[in-house]
Amino acid sequence: MSNQTHRAAQGGIVDRSRTIGFTFDGKRYEGHAGDTLASALLANGVHLVGRSFKYHRPRGILTAGSEEPNALIQLGDGPKTEPNLRATQIELFDGLVASSQNRWPSLNFDIGSINNLLSRYFPAGFYYKTFMWPPSFWMKYEYFTRRAAGLGKAPEAPDPDRYSKTFAHCDVLVVGAGPAGLAAALAAGRAGARVILADEQPQLGGSLLASTDQIEGKSADEWVVDALAELGRMADVRLLPRTNAFGYYDHNYLTLMERVTSHLASPASHLPRQRLWRVRAKQVVLATGAIERPLVFADNDRPGIMLANAVSTYVRRYGVLPGRRAVLLTNNDGAYRAALDLAEAGGTVAAIVDLRPEVSGPMVDAVRAKGIEVLANHAITGTSGKLRVDGVTVMQLARGGVFGEPRSLSCDLVLHSGGWTPSVHLFSQSRGKLKWDDALSAFVPGVAAQVQRSAGGCCGNLSLGDCLDDGHSAGAEAARDAGVSGDAGRAASALGGDFIPAPPVWIVPSDKPVGHNGKHFVDFQNDVTAADVLLANREGYRSVEHLKRYTTMGMGTDQGKTSNINALGILAEAQSRPVPEVGHTTFRPPYTPVTIGTFSGDDHGDLLEPVRRTAIHHWHEGANAPFENVGQWHRAWYYPKAGEDMHAAVNREARAMRTSVGIVDASTLGKIDIQGPDAAKLLNFVYTNAWSKLDIGRSRYGLMCGEDGMVFDDGVTTRLGEHHYLMTTTTGNAARVLGWLENWLQCEYPDWKVYCTSVTEQWATVAINGPMARRLLGELTSDIPLDNESFPFMSMREGSVAGIPARVFRISFTGDLSFEVNVPSSYGHALWTALMAAGEKYQITPYGTETMHVLRAEKGFIIVGQETDGSTTPQDLGMNWIVSKQKGDFIGKRSYARPDTARGDRKHLVGLLTENASEVLPEGGQIVAELKDKPPMVMLGHVTSSYFSPNVGRSIAMAVIKNGRNRMGDTIFVPLADRTIRAKVVEPKFFDLEGTRIDG
Amino acid sequence: MLLIDCPYCGPRAELEFSCGGEAHIARPLNTEAISDAEWADYLFMRKNPKGTQYERWNHARGCRRWFNVARDTVTHKIYKVYKMGEPKP
Repeated sequence: MSNQTHRAAQGGIVDRSRTIGFTFDGKRYEGHAGDTLASALLANGVHLVGRSFKYHRPRGILTAGSEEPNALIQLGDGPKTEPNLRATQIELFDGLVASSQNRWPSLNFDIGSINNLLSRYFPAGFYYKTFMWPPSFWMKYEYFTRRAAGLGKAPEAPDPDRYSKTFAHCDVLVVGAGPAGLAAALAAGRAGARVILADEQPQLGGSLLASTDQIEGKSADEWVVDALAELGRMADVRLLPRTNAFGYYDHNYLTLMERVTSHLASPASHLPRQRLWRVRAKQVVLATGAIERPLVFADNDRPGIMLANAVSTYVRRYGVLPGRRAVLLTNNDGAYRAALDLAEAGGTVAAIVDLRPEVSGPMVDAVRAKGIEVLANHAITGTSGKLRVDGVTVMQLARGGVFGEPRSLSCDLVLHSGGWTPSVHLFSQSRGKLKWDDALSAFVPGVAAQVQRSAGGCCGNLSLGDCLDDGHSAGAEAARDAGVSGDAGRAASALGGDFIPAPPVWIVPSDKPVGHNGKHFVDFQNDVTAADVLLANREGYRSVEHLKRYTTMGMGTDQGKTSNINALGILAEAQSRPVPEVGHTTFRPPYTPVTIGTFSGDDHGDLLEPVRRTAIHHWHEGANAPFENVGQWHRAWYYPKAGEDMHAAVNREARAMRTSVGIVDASTLGKIDIQGPDAAKLLNFVYTNAWSKLDIGRSRYGLMCGEDGMVFDDGVTTRLGEHHYLMTTTTGNAARVLGWLENWLQCEYPDWKVYCTSVTEQWATVAINGPMARRLLGELTSDIPLDNESFPFMSMREGSVAGIPARVFRISFTGDLSFEVNVPSSYGHALWTALMAAGEKYQITPYGTETMHVLRAEKGFIIVGQETDGSTTPQDLGMNWIVSKQKGDFIGKRSYARPDTARGDRKHLVGLLTENASEVLPEGGQIVAELKDKPPMVMLGHVTSSYFSPNVGRSIAMAVIKNGRNRMGDTIFVPLADRTIRAKVVEPKFFDLEGTRIDG
Repeated sequence: MLLIDCPYCGPRAELEFSCGGEAHIARPLNTEAISDAEWADYLFMRKNPKGTQYERWNHARGCRRWFNVARDTVTHKIYKVYKMGEPKP
């Protein structure tokens, strides 16, 4: 026999044949398949599930859905743990481990609940009023307040689970699978539309799963089974249970989170835990239903005080009796259904306390027939019970207050209902305009901003018949507007489920003024009371947006789903204004919380970004080279020999290259093949120097600037044929340069006949540098004469190297004799190993990017992005020689005449030599001319490149300094935290000043 | 996320595209002759209207072609997609 004390003998759609064990706060319980954690706890008589955010008041389960503000649970433990989950949405599985939050040392005895006794010191805006002074203390306050006010705990280890993302397209996306949503999906599906139907619950059917009504002569849940079977037979209908549509963005783009395996005890390892659906829908039908509105009465937050419809759901869907003796507080007929459900399942309803002056009608007759007392024109003025409600006080209403003798009723369950609030969140996110519905006292969808329809409860059409009709027409019209012409059939007919709206009651009167006898909670999750709202209003926070931020109203993880409308009502009443005049706060995604893993999907770790490796990468790995990331490229940084650190390795590599021969993998340089009769015209336009007279087979260095005259790339371009050029770019800028060329060709000069093609990955490039470079290369090629006359500097020859077809360029980034050998990528590794083998007798030394940087700095060659930062002109770099005075217009030219670029005291590129030759300046170090004891000092510029150069025998640096070319010989200072470095301003060139090494 | 109807590839998600800002800004032909103010206007000044904006888009992760879009900056409604060189609608 079950030990679930509050499980009814029958009823509900849980599977009583399957018993499931779980633990809550370390204690073992049992439930059934089909339960949520909330229904299973209630079946075991457990109402107390958490402590409130601010006052640490005992809290129970308020709702049966995703709007739950109280029952926030820490699920699981270790790296898989997830905080702040709603017990009402957690599906029970075997071995589930859950714990309560925001309590210490235990849920029953919580030290933090002292805040409740001190609550008169925690009014609205408490943080703002208390922690203001002294300002420097805020960080200290924050440390403690964060600890005191936390909810769940974030996991401390990386999430071991997998998540995934997918795109989907459809004719009609239906959000919500209650009566309206099912009707819409059926209509659209029958018409032949591609339909996606998503619902946040594990079972599709929404309110029909706990309904007493009839559809098409069947019970509601039977109709749901048939409807789902029909949808299941449609090839183009996708059903997504456990899928929360949480965001509605432009052009009918919606994001959905599917719980794929997070509800399973032992999920298949190939499945993701959760999945992000990114849906683009031609048409959207929102059938998101409505949320029952709590009543704001004194001490309305004790465990055992629940929304009426939630109690119906627990009774009818889960076969659970949340209490044995109940009192119902309501302002509407619909809530009477919950009293009947409870009574039919074996509970006792002590009384129905109705706020309306007079009541009559079939529901009233029905409960009276069951012998339930109906107290019209009465209110609950207070509740009692420490960890669970054990009684209420009831008084008669009169003239906006209460009078007469209070009457006490004992009970273990209080149901309340203040009517219904349509869920317009997604409609509002889509930028639809809301309008106020007076009869409902709620905002409903007004003018839609996107191709979308709302249907059923979320429109305020709350009777079952209306939902089915509304859903059917929305689905049929959506299919038609999506261009689908099949027969949508007819709407299903309903029996029962009528809805009669009732006037709102924003604050239930008590025998004392609001705030003086118990707390009238509005926002349960953030502990905001009616008194807080009224106080904020008195203090001048009259705008709803101010109210929200001052009181934290609606700012919890539930985003105020159950509370916002009551706060607006209270505020409007206090200001004697209609609610629509007060307005509402902005609805923002996500509708319910979404895990970070869902957004990330597989895009983390190694899969975050593509990695680009050169053809020679494996050789570098074999040589134990660490890699430097340059954009997506992994480049060999240096090649340490045994016992060497980076400094030693770089010194050795740099020295070896200057004395014998070194090779570097330069494959990552961007390469763009440019062809067409107007190719030279394009080069003339994008580079600052002249290209018209470049002979075939010759190369030229170019600087590329923006229209603002600022340098953005550099590289060598070679003329391969009459109308054929090969441009090289910096490694990081290759795609940007290609885009830049295309931009001009497509948008400004579509008549120019030029094609640009990226060939970066088609070629592997090895640069052979050093005095022995010619001798080494000569051993590997027979068809390319290498002497200076036949193959001069800045030219290109084609032939074969090590038996591989090659283009060899005599260009140099070291200032030494250099050949850059380009071969088809697949031969890159073969070329490298052939060079290493043949070079052994010359002590050939492979060098990485660090040595490459040292070597080019010795010669004062710039690196774009290091010496430049987007505010650097060629003239700033001292490279006036490369800016043509003769040729016509080109990009950037006009900007050199702008007053700011033309002035003489801009930041100039200079060299720096430290007074202490072994001291290396930190790159980025700020430079001052006048040293003071402490900042602020006038900063002139910064160090851009700085290395120890073994070939110069001292440290060298480059820097940009204001008016630097006129400071040659000056001493400047780089003040650091622990010392100040003195350096002399020099020309930015440190080695081979005469340039004699280039020809070997 | 916008749905942009590339004139060469058809409708694709915004993340395949990059926006090139205001369209129909012709490069001055006589750059030597124009004033600094006129040059600055070409270089820096953009309309940034509330309402219909004509802007350039590049199908950067697709066909890599540039084209023009007339888009409402308030509602994101795209009125027209048209090729480079075609007149402003």
